[in-house]
Amino acid sequence: MAPTRREFLIIAGISAIGAACPPLSRIIAKETPSRGTHLPGAPGSAPALTAKRWAMVVDASKCSSDCKDCMTACHEAHNVPAIANPNHEVKWIWPERFENVFRAESHAHIQETVRKQIIPVLCNHCDNPPCVRVCPTGATFRRADGIVMMDSHRCIGCKICLAACPFGARSINFVNPRPFIRKLKADFPTRTKGVIEKCNFCEERLARGILPACVLACEEKALVFGDVEDPNSKVRQILDKKFSIRRRAELGTKPQVYYIL
Amino acid sequence: MKLYNRGIIIAGIVVFLAAVTFPFWYDRGKTIAPPAIELDTPAIQKLADKRCVEDTAFMRDNHMKLLASWRESVVRKNVHTYTSKDGRVFEMGLTGSCLKCHENKSRFCDRCHDYAGVKPNCWNCHINPEEVL
Repeated sequence: MAPTRREFLIIAGISAIGAACPPLSRIIAKETPSRGTHLPGAPGSAPALTAKRWAMVVDASKCSSDCKDCMTACHEAHNVPAIANPNHEVKWIWPERFENVFRAESHAHIQETVRKQIIPVLCNHCDNPPCVRVCPTGATFRRADGIVMMDSHRCIGCKICLAACPFGARSINFVNPRPFIRKLKADFPTRTKGVIEKCNFCEERLARGILPACVLACEEKALVFGDVEDPNSKVRQILDKKFSIRRRAELGTKPQVYYIL
Repeated sequence: MKLYNRGIIIAGIVVFLAAVTFPFWYDRGKTIAPPAIELDTPAIQKLADKRCVEDTAFMRDNHMKLLASWRESVVRKNVHTYTSKDGRVFEMGLTGSCLKCHENKSRFCDRCHDYAGVKPNCWNCHINPEEVL
């Protein structure tokens, strides 16, 4: 016998609910713990360096004007292209004068040693990063240990983060960077045309238990890297002893690169 | 019923149908050999146990999904090691792991990708070891 109108509607309704539910196999699969979870230390590598909050202290008074060791080391380690055209330039860590780094603190009668001082600047890995807030795709995000990361896979090159960053720490690849890389380092990817890049606090090295390239390259030990939440860390020992300032702290981004001059 | 411009219309229909069905009849009867991928790189020959991260059938079907999940793990979750179904531990990475054994991208990755007509954009950024050497 053909179903009545009432029976037909009941069956149709139940079927619609059933179709909207995820398949049972998927529900079961989610509940079983995945077996490929993290095991400490990859085979043959040192344990990763971890921190509650990574930070850097830059003692610029130790920097000499002609030294570019940290910049060279960083740019070599990360396949950063050396593009001469300033409109297309890409940089992770670069030298600036005091008046450009600390514009509000700069004035006409500042002491000459400070005025002429070359200061290495990089991404501040802010605690309250405006770049992360504006990124429409989640390509840039803040890790639990404070590192502000770039996921180039998700970057659509919209440049909103470029405008949001008050420190100019981000660069976009207006041209294909490959031809401008002096020496390709095979174990670190390059970037491609149309993605943003910036300093990553050497997260790929920290994962292998190695300190950032710039820190190790500096012979004057002007760059110090560590856990700012750990009172015994090198970073805290320096901050406890010396007066330090941060770039444009009044903006409330809570930068985590501290400068000593 | 009278059809005006009959010759032109029918000729047009024939040409149109021939063009539209071109991909279907052009390759008929021809057999294209499936890609032969090379697995005998020096790094693989050195291995005592010639097994990939997972078994061959799984890798053939799911390497792209595996790589996508590795990418998420390493970049976004800061998890760098992968435990295979049989309990072996690997470091996750395209150039760091996969290409350490499969160092012949042009005779491994590309052969299948060209055959299947897929163009993965991995190599826009990740470095093909063949190019560096």
